[in-house]
Amino acid sequence: MSSTTNTRMAFDQALERFEPVLGLETHVELGTASKMFCSCATEFGQDPNTQVCPVCLGLPGSLPVVNAVAVESTIRMGLALHCDIASWCRFARKNYFYPDMPKDYQVSQYDEPLCTNGYLDVTVATDDGPREFRVEIERVHMEEDTGKLTHAGGDTGRIHGADYSLVDYNRAGIPLIEIVTKPIVGTGALAPLVARAYVTELRDLMRSLGVSDVRMDQGSLRCDVNVSLAPAGEPWGTRSETKNVNSLRSVERAVRSEIERQAAVLADGGRVIQETRHFHEDTGETTPGRSKEHAEDYRYFPEPDLVPVAPSAEWVEELRGTLPEVPSVRRARLQEQWGISDLEMQTLVNAEALDLVEETIAAGVDQAAARKWWTGEFTRMANEQGVALADLGITSSHISRVESLIADGSLTDKLARQVFEGVVAGEGDVDAVIAGRGLVVVGDDSTLLAAIETALAEQPDVAEKIRGGKVQAAGAIVGAVMKATKGQADAAKVRALLLAHLGVEG
Amino acid sequence: MAQISREEVQHLAHLARLELTDEETAHYAEQLSAIVDAVARVSDVAAQDIPPTSHPIPVTNVFREDVAKPGLPRDEVAAAAPSWEDDRFKVPRILGED
Amino acid sequence: MAPVMDGDLVRQDAATLASAMQAGEVSSAEITQACLDRIDAVDGEVHAFLYVDKDAALASARVVDEQRASCAQLGPLAGVPLALKDVLTMRGVPTTCGSRILEGWRPPYDSTVVERLREAGVVILGKTNMDEFAMGSSTEHSAYGPTRNPWDLERIPGGSGGGSAAALAAFEAPLAIGTDTGGSIRQPAAVTGTVGVKPTYGGVSRYGLVALASSLDQAGPCARTVMDAALLHQAIAGHDPRDSTSINAPVPDVVAAARNADIRGMKIGLVRELGGEGYQDGVRQRFDEAVTVLTDLGAEVVEVSCPNFEYALAAYYLILPSEASSNLARFDGMRYGLRVGDDDQASVEEVMSQTREAGFGAEVKRRIMLGTYALSSGYYDAYYGQAQKVRTLISRDFAAAFDQADVLISPTAPTTAFRIGEKVDDPLAMYLNDIATIPVNLAGNCAMSVPIGLAPEDGLPVGLQIMAPALADDRLYRAGSALEQALVDKWGHELIEEVPAL
Ligand SMILES: [Mg+2]
Ligand SMILES: [Zn+2]
Repeated sequence: MSSTTNTRMAFDQALERFEPVLGLETHVELGTASKMFCSCATEFGQDPNTQVCPVCLGLPGSLPVVNAVAVESTIRMGLALHCDIASWCRFARKNYFYPDMPKDYQVSQYDEPLCTNGYLDVTVATDDGPREFRVEIERVHMEEDTGKLTHAGGDTGRIHGADYSLVDYNRAGIPLIEIVTKPIVGTGALAPLVARAYVTELRDLMRSLGVSDVRMDQGSLRCDVNVSLAPAGEPWGTRSETKNVNSLRSVERAVRSEIERQAAVLADGGRVIQETRHFHEDTGETTPGRSKEHAEDYRYFPEPDLVPVAPSAEWVEELRGTLPEVPSVRRARLQEQWGISDLEMQTLVNAEALDLVEETIAAGVDQAAARKWWTGEFTRMANEQGVALADLGITSSHISRVESLIADGSLTDKLARQVFEGVVAGEGDVDAVIAGRGLVVVGDDSTLLAAIETALAEQPDVAEKIRGGKVQAAGAIVGAVMKATKGQADAAKVRALLLAHLGVEG
Repeated sequence: MAQISREEVQHLAHLARLELTDEETAHYAEQLSAIVDAVARVSDVAAQDIPPTSHPIPVTNVFREDVAKPGLPRDEVAAAAPSWEDDRFKVPRILGED
Repeated sequence: MAPVMDGDLVRQDAATLASAMQAGEVSSAEITQACLDRIDAVDGEVHAFLYVDKDAALASARVVDEQRASCAQLGPLAGVPLALKDVLTMRGVPTTCGSRILEGWRPPYDSTVVERLREAGVVILGKTNMDEFAMGSSTEHSAYGPTRNPWDLERIPGGSGGGSAAALAAFEAPLAIGTDTGGSIRQPAAVTGTVGVKPTYGGVSRYGLVALASSLDQAGPCARTVMDAALLHQAIAGHDPRDSTSINAPVPDVVAAARNADIRGMKIGLVRELGGEGYQDGVRQRFDEAVTVLTDLGAEVVEVSCPNFEYALAAYYLILPSEASSNLARFDGMRYGLRVGDDDQASVEEVMSQTREAGFGAEVKRRIMLGTYALSSGYYDAYYGQAQKVRTLISRDFAAAFDQADVLISPTAPTTAFRIGEKVDDPLAMYLNDIATIPVNLAGNCAMSVPIGLAPEDGLPVGLQIMAPALADDRLYRAGSALEQALVDKWGHELIEEVPAL
């Protein structure tokens, strides 16, 4: 029985028999202006080999010098993850030959990482409500990225079967931080969700720290997912390491897929091989890569070209002072402050609207209205246009202005939506759109009364019902009036006028 | 006595990407064994409580400002390349990976 | 006014040439041309140079001459020619490190040393021969053939910087740059009757120095006099932000120290472990005489003991190959230099292996494998880890010795120049050449070799090594200059004048 089989066991069944143990190694490109060890720019998507120099090309004689911001970012990330910050640590060389690596060694950290022993709390939604897990962090360390390979010839565009490869070293030397968890146990069937929640939380944390914008679509966050199954009565199983899982959804799927595959192998009396596996976005399955039975001997040793990093206690405290509130703590605080439910908070987080809503509330808008706009109308508009919510072009001052116009009766909800459409279409600010589109609430009583009388005349049976006390029938008349005024009337006011006109108690 | 076998020499040569001839393998097995014997005496003096020295001069925290600067012109990068195609370094096919 | 110099231009030292240029007696173009002519005349036999760029050298000489004519403020070495070891990058100029694997490579950037030489107006004649990637003590391990010792063409000029030392002794250049990982400046200086200095680690930038062993390598001055070495030291030393291990502190005033050659009251420690058995009789004899000279000059000579130096060679031959095996990994035929076996069928792994097999010489492959072994899992602690502890012990020995003495002395090398071919495939015998020079590299402090005469039995030069604490490079020059003056007074001429005519 080999591990290359595609047989899988149903997820629920797998979880009845085995306890999954997870481990996640996440590499994130830091958002520095220059590379880890040289002054080359880090801009994504530039022409190949245009952001290279003797250092990041590994030319003979060149030497690395550490980027100060990369160190600061790593320490801040470590602090945010409640890690201990080493008072003295070194870089190490990890030696192996590969054409995307200019020096044929990677400058990384080995037995002396900058940050150790932290944790990150994550929450997953379950049928019984939200459940919190503490993911323990083994280490956070600094290293450099490799160049980018393109495989040519052959017909797959993949490395296997290619005739040759092409290397662009623009990415070589971009600073990475690697965050390694301790084994995550006790998640049971929630393992895939915990993995996803962890990576999501990590991403949000990095963004809130401003150390990386974490563009997963550009490969700036890459995850290695380790999964093993502990058979009943045994403490630990052999793990597989699924490489380069590059989206939140894929993290969840890769964990699930590995649990199902390994369970099938074990149930069949086979043995899980310690190996590197590859995740396929299209099928959601993993396939075997390099076997780790004969582990590569990386011959780590302290990097002699770089001096030790020894952050003083004062420096660390200074950096601690720059930390923003931890996302989970902040969410709890805002939820309490706004008095909203878990579900409502989850909706805001899923819509990536938390910052925007907070800003809008700070601009004086009622919290319910702020949430309604961002998770409702604006989310719809952003989806329609294929842009991020924050890039829609609507600001908190736009919303605040619209809300005050609604409050004084100058705008209706329906008109407000048209105003925002105008803002997004680039027609100017709120007042400019109102003027440009002629969006005015038809407000004077005589115009509305004339429209009410017309509507009553057209629907005498409805008028009769209302007079007879069937107040709920008023909707039909209000609707007709709204239609007649092209939506530019305040429906509540129309209703009030109608009832008064007919002498009926609302 | 350190005895470095031919197999071990082959393994080291593979790690170091050296395609040794059989003759070289035999020769190096003999010489490396002799050298390793001679240098193994470092173990005689170095007790547990002695800290290792990786850097001769004890300097720490040497950093560079995070400022981007232009690198090399691409034609100069290309000029050194043994093989170059489509603005990239052309390298032989990579085996042993999916 | 009396002329600054008389006689053959190429036999003058750098300070004399500089003064003559300042006095308007000679131009840099004339001096440079004289050196180029000398190279033409003798380098066929000596083979000190791997590359000479006559046009570029003359062009930069003329620039200096023009600057001088327009009364520009020039450095003390402006216009003086220099031979550069082929391990330092120079933009557009072939840099091979004595290896086939880098044949034809022209670096797109200047090393910091070259940048500083250019700023100082020094005229770079070309690149000198060396043991491949600086691995060796004889310059026989160059892929481009050995360099010969001008004192006896059948003998080695030392190594790895044999080309730079031979260029000085053959009067092809008054100044040269070497690099010293375990003695590659000092041992060639000793066997060619010239002066060589390994500055304090971090004193001269390593940026652009193709690394052999990063924690040991240091570039330094090679010259025919202590004063010339000091002037060159001053020109190339100092902090460089591109080298993280570069020392951010003022360079000790080595020129003033060479000028103020007074060692009365200086405490000089004679290292018990660096002498005696294994040292050639003539070497010991000249060394003992030099000790008497130092005493006569008013220094107080005391014996010191550095018990762990005994283990220095072993530690060195673990640390050096380990770092080298990693530093030399980049020569894989992918981005620059040689590529072998790329037939559109072979895999990248095969091409890398064939390239490295064909491009590296025997000694380089030997050390790469030794280093790979020492770092590999299971052996790291016993070898590399232990070697680094020995390094600590050696530093402690130095610290204790420098409590008793201002500088330490020993013979630079145990023997005079040996015959070409004698030790070429006997690595352990070859490694013994560096027994006295290695401790300094391990500890990171500084040392100099000065000529102290010829061994009576073979008539070949002997060098004396002076060692000083880290950042006290000036002490080398004070002691070295005093000894040099006393010996020149005693002999009535400089030792280098005894080199047989070529
Ligand atoms: Mg890593
Ligand atoms: Zn760069």
